Amino acid sequence: MTAVNAPTETPTETDAAPGLESHRHLGTGATWGLTGAGLAGGALLGLLAGSWAVGAVAGLLLVLVALPGVSWRVEGARRGKDRAFTVVVTVAFLLALLPLLSLIYSTLTNGLARFDPEFFTSDMRAVLGEGGGALHAIVGTLLITGSATLISVPIGIMCAIYLVEYGKGRLARMVTILVDVMTGIPSIVAGLFAFALFSIFFGPSIRFGLGGAVALSLLMVPVVVRSVEEMLKLVANELREASYALGVPRWRTIVKVVLPTAGAGIAAGVTIAIARVIGETAPLLIIAGSTTNLDWNIFEGRMMTLPVFTYESYMIPGVPPEPGVDRAWAAALTLMVIVMGLNLAARLIARLFGTKSR
Amino acid sequence: MAKSIDVTDLSIYYGDFLAVEKVSMTIEPKSVTALIGPSGCGKSTFLRSLNRMHEVIPGARVEGKVSLSGQDVYGPTVDAVSVRRHIGMVFQRPNPFPTMSIYENVIAGVRLNGGRLPKARLDEVVERSLRGANLWNEVKDRLDRPGSGLSGGQQQRLCIARAIAVEPDVLLMDEPCSALDPISTLAIEDLIADLKANYTIVIVTHNMQQAARVSDRTGFFNIEATGQPGRLVEMDDTTVIFSRPSQQATEDYVSGRFG
Repeated sequence: MTAVNAPTETPTETDAAPGLESHRHLGTGATWGLTGAGLAGGALLGLLAGSWAVGAVAGLLLVLVALPGVSWRVEGARRGKDRAFTVVVTVAFLLALLPLLSLIYSTLTNGLARFDPEFFTSDMRAVLGEGGGALHAIVGTLLITGSATLISVPIGIMCAIYLVEYGKGRLARMVTILVDVMTGIPSIVAGLFAFALFSIFFGPSIRFGLGGAVALSLLMVPVVVRSVEEMLKLVANELREASYALGVPRWRTIVKVVLPTAGAGIAAGVTIAIARVIGETAPLLIIAGSTTNLDWNIFEGRMMTLPVFTYESYMIPGVPPEPGVDRAWAAALTLMVIVMGLNLAARLIARLFGTKSR
Repeated sequence: MAKSIDVTDLSIYYGDFLAVEKVSMTIEPKSVTALIGPSGCGKSTFLRSLNRMHEVIPGARVEGKVSLSGQDVYGPTVDAVSVRRHIGMVFQRPNPFPTMSIYENVIAGVRLNGGRLPKARLDEVVERSLRGANLWNEVKDRLDRPGSGLSGGQQQRLCIARAIAVEPDVLLMDEPCSALDPISTLAIEDLIADLKANYTIVIVTHNMQQAARVSDRTGFFNIEATGQPGRLVEMDDTTVIFSRPSQQATEDYVSGRFG
């Protein structure tokens, strides 16, 4: 019975409705072939010029000319332009990715040499030359960043709640402007502020961990306010109304409905803020100081942190310099691992406590 | 339980703008009152002023009197929050809380108000409310699943269950079916007919057939021109409004000859 329904003629290009252009298409194989040819041409030029940089640039330029050019001839002008922009966007993406990959690669290759148990179990007391570790710096970084988080997250979240839920008029506008200004504070200024503040009470030789936490929270608060503010604005007004309509007071609506709904976003924002300050060196150099000893007391005594440890190990490596430089790379790697861990933790939190959809 | 509402000379302002002018009406207990009228005529604003929900918008205020079985809703000592506990509301778009399961959504009103009930009592409230909203059979096996995973019509019935879980005296519905398909709309309309036995219901709708189907009394709101305040043109038994209204404007509107 299919014969009845079968078309009497096989459709050809002339059957197309008038005005609908048909065109030839460049297949996947041809696309990749052209890309490969362009890159190979670039590599050849690079060999001739004796420089890999020339080769890379020439290869990308060749692809940028060859692929859209051929496509323009075969597929038409619009598709040619589409190809050209696809190549440009891809190259831009690769350029942005390149420094990151290079950074991860060099930190890994240089840092793994001393990424050993001793590095995480010993401090630098009475260590000359080989051996030693960054336990004191890891503890310092965790304590100081943790305290900075404890200080700035409540302030930041409450400030954001004020701006989104309550703030009207002049005061709210002023707070917004101040937060914007604070975002741009150079970190060294934050360190000097904390130092100036605490030297009023404890004299000019004051160095302690909590001072570092205060300096860091100065940098953290505006980041937390901004990201939490955006997240709270995303909470649909209908949810607030639904809650009010049940006879729930405003503050309970904020605590039980608005904050949980924005919870995943807030967690992500806080993590970004932590990652932003955990690598700060300058303020900690001023107010937390540097030491070779493990110090668990954030209220007293100099406290080493990973960025400062990295800086000092690299700038004053000792004689011979190799062990110090290796420790610097290992500390840098540790810092990166901590930040990576924080990011994963934020994603986990977002998944566990986020809005449920299914 | 179900209480009556008396409105006398109620005018509603947004800042200096007069949105609704001098509305007076009486809403009988255990009845369904439909408010119809063109867009922007102030019927939603009027509805929201009945449980002081419009106060959420900055600059909104009212003149006149609204009383719930004789008690002044806008009295100087009356707390807006407690008014809303007595007069519940269902909105145009279903809005279950996205962080909560179906179970938690139903008891949200109880729990968010700080009430602590034993688990058995909560289970009772959930089952009674979901049965009341005609949703129990569809969700009883997945009470711990998120409310946002339900279909639009189920979500709206979940919102109705959430509203009746706090046992209000009056239930306000602001175009509860306008985001739903005909089958879900039918389910909600059947539900309104059931709920009438226990609650006073006021419903705003754009759908005149719906008003004719579900309501006992109908009020027709209209505005003369854009920027003019909305007024209650006529209010009468639904059968009268749809067969022989006393005002020409009402007849034009209900017969589709409007404008």
